[in-house]
Amino acid sequence: MTIFQKFLGATAALALSAGAALADPALIFDLGGKFDKSFNEAAFNGAERWAKETGGTYLDIEMQSEAQREQALRRFAEAGANPIITTGFAMADPVAEVAPDYPEITFVNIDGFLAEIPDNVLMIAFEEHQGSYLVGILAAMASKTGTVGFVGGMDVPLIRHFACGYAQGAKSVNPDIKIVANMTGTTPAAWNDPVKGGELAKAQYSQGADVIYAAAGGTGVGVLQAAADEGIYSIGVDSNQNHLHPGSVLTSMLKRVDVAVYDVLKSGADTQTGQMRLGLAEEGVGYAVDDNNAALITDEMKAAAEDAKAKIIAGELNVVSYYENDSCPALSF
Amino acid sequence: MDFATVLQVLDSTVRLATPLLLACLAGLFSERSGIFDIGLEGKMLAAAFLSAAVAAVTGSVWWGLLAGIGASMFLSVIHGLASITFRGNQLISGVAINFLAAGLTVVIAQDWFDQGGRTPSLGGDARFGPITLPLADTLRDVPVFGPIYHDLISGHTLLVYFALAMVPLTWWLLYRTRFGLRLRAVGENPAAVDTAGVSVIGLRFAAVAICGVLCGIAGAYLATALQAGFVKDMTAGRGYIALAALIFAKWRPWYALSATLLFGFLQAVALRYQNIDLGGFVVPVQFMDALPYILTVIILAGFVGKAIPPRAGGEPYVKER
Repeated sequence: MTIFQKFLGATAALALSAGAALADPALIFDLGGKFDKSFNEAAFNGAERWAKETGGTYLDIEMQSEAQREQALRRFAEAGANPIITTGFAMADPVAEVAPDYPEITFVNIDGFLAEIPDNVLMIAFEEHQGSYLVGILAAMASKTGTVGFVGGMDVPLIRHFACGYAQGAKSVNPDIKIVANMTGTTPAAWNDPVKGGELAKAQYSQGADVIYAAAGGTGVGVLQAAADEGIYSIGVDSNQNHLHPGSVLTSMLKRVDVAVYDVLKSGADTQTGQMRLGLAEEGVGYAVDDNNAALITDEMKAAAEDAKAKIIAGELNVVSYYENDSCPALSF
Repeated sequence: MDFATVLQVLDSTVRLATPLLLACLAGLFSERSGIFDIGLEGKMLAAAFLSAAVAAVTGSVWWGLLAGIGASMFLSVIHGLASITFRGNQLISGVAINFLAAGLTVVIAQDWFDQGGRTPSLGGDARFGPITLPLADTLRDVPVFGPIYHDLISGHTLLVYFALAMVPLTWWLLYRTRFGLRLRAVGENPAAVDTAGVSVIGLRFAAVAICGVLCGIAGAYLATALQAGFVKDMTAGRGYIALAALIFAKWRPWYALSATLLFGFLQAVALRYQNIDLGGFVVPVQFMDALPYILTVIILAGFVGKAIPPRAGGEPYVKER
């Protein structure tokens, strides 16, 4: 075989593999990391479920720094990946920036907000305040001290949105309840600082909190650990985290990112673009009950949560969203 | 603010200051011998990872601690080889160690445990438990002293007491022993030490090794005492704060204790009171987080006395030109 023939062969192989990669969807995880046991891991689980059921493959990458966002989007778009799913609010602006350059590709962002959504972009938002409201009810009913805690990750409106729903839920049970709310930090590093999370949980415990809700990505692992060490309850977030410390994790506020990712992957390139909102009615959010925490949730608590859930779905109960006027009626930050 | 709250904040201060203190003393040994060490962060991270990994596999925190010290020592030896034997740039070698540790820990953790760059959660004997000092429970009801002894002094992990004991030990070693005198001399004027017939290279390697041991203990404290397992980047800049504390402390052991306690206290206050209201004027939490660095800049600018580093610091020793 001459060198020329070898060269031709290699070119052909390259072209073939490029063709095969063309239809693959892509998934971009945010800074918390693919295995944060929370938000990003939920997205990963959804994609894995799709891959297992359909035998399909997908490309993925974990962001390591802010600067990589646009670059990663363009790399996947140039490689022909379709659709491209991104997790985390911080990806919204890069998506808006890149999407118009690749009109034939569908971009999906989970958790972000764009005032003007390009034609080929799907923005998926969850009604986290509704799910947080329900775990707030459970927290207030499980608390013996009349004080509950909240540990947020990075101080952004999204996390305040969680805290606000939680505070409203807790106050609906006990109007005099004291809510201690802390944020881990103001930079993306706040999603991955379990030591600080644990220290915050201990500080809240010493202020009397005996149920602590962590909405902090990887930082939440430290919060749950500290709560287990101190013998108090904690509430997980996004994924079902009940199994991390059975008997100490009261429940988890589920955000079905896995379902959203699965659905998008399933519909592939035909995904409807625009804005999608997933709330209690769509089963997009909820609270987790399984073998690990069944003993912690009494029938009375469950009845109260289910009652509130039915009322929210029916529209009889309005949980005020933090986004409405950038403030919370039940909690000041 | 009542007495119990003060105690809780101080208790938190001790927990947060311990890794800083260990890393600061580690840096002190290294820099006093003339080897600048910007790689404290990386060594702590590597130690945190390996201690958690080995503790998880063997179920014994002591093996974990040894492995953590080993990992940190290994990086120390690399730093020593690069900057002492091959006379490379100490800052670059340190930065390389930080990057190496940040990447390798996650990759190896993913390969061993398949949990996305973290180690399994530790429990039981795989973690350092709190130690109740003798008489802590009997003395609890004694006014003022009782709560201080029970809540603040007692109930920490072994490594906390070790870190505190290291302060007088470091002082004694540096200022009261022959080894200490030579160590300080080699950081000021290595040629004089060499003329006296003492090995500059040997002394510097000894200092870097001590630095490795202390960083290893600091990392193990993070992963097996304060937390129960390793997650990526869990040191979160504590190595750099320790460096700042070292400058703040002007390279002296007792000052290092007060500097790290001060930085720990600032962190504890920031965690407890997110925004501090001083009657109409609110101090935002970001300011509290930045305060250790601001203080360091003020110190470096010479406002609070002069911080003079060891004179031969950063310079590889060349015997003859």
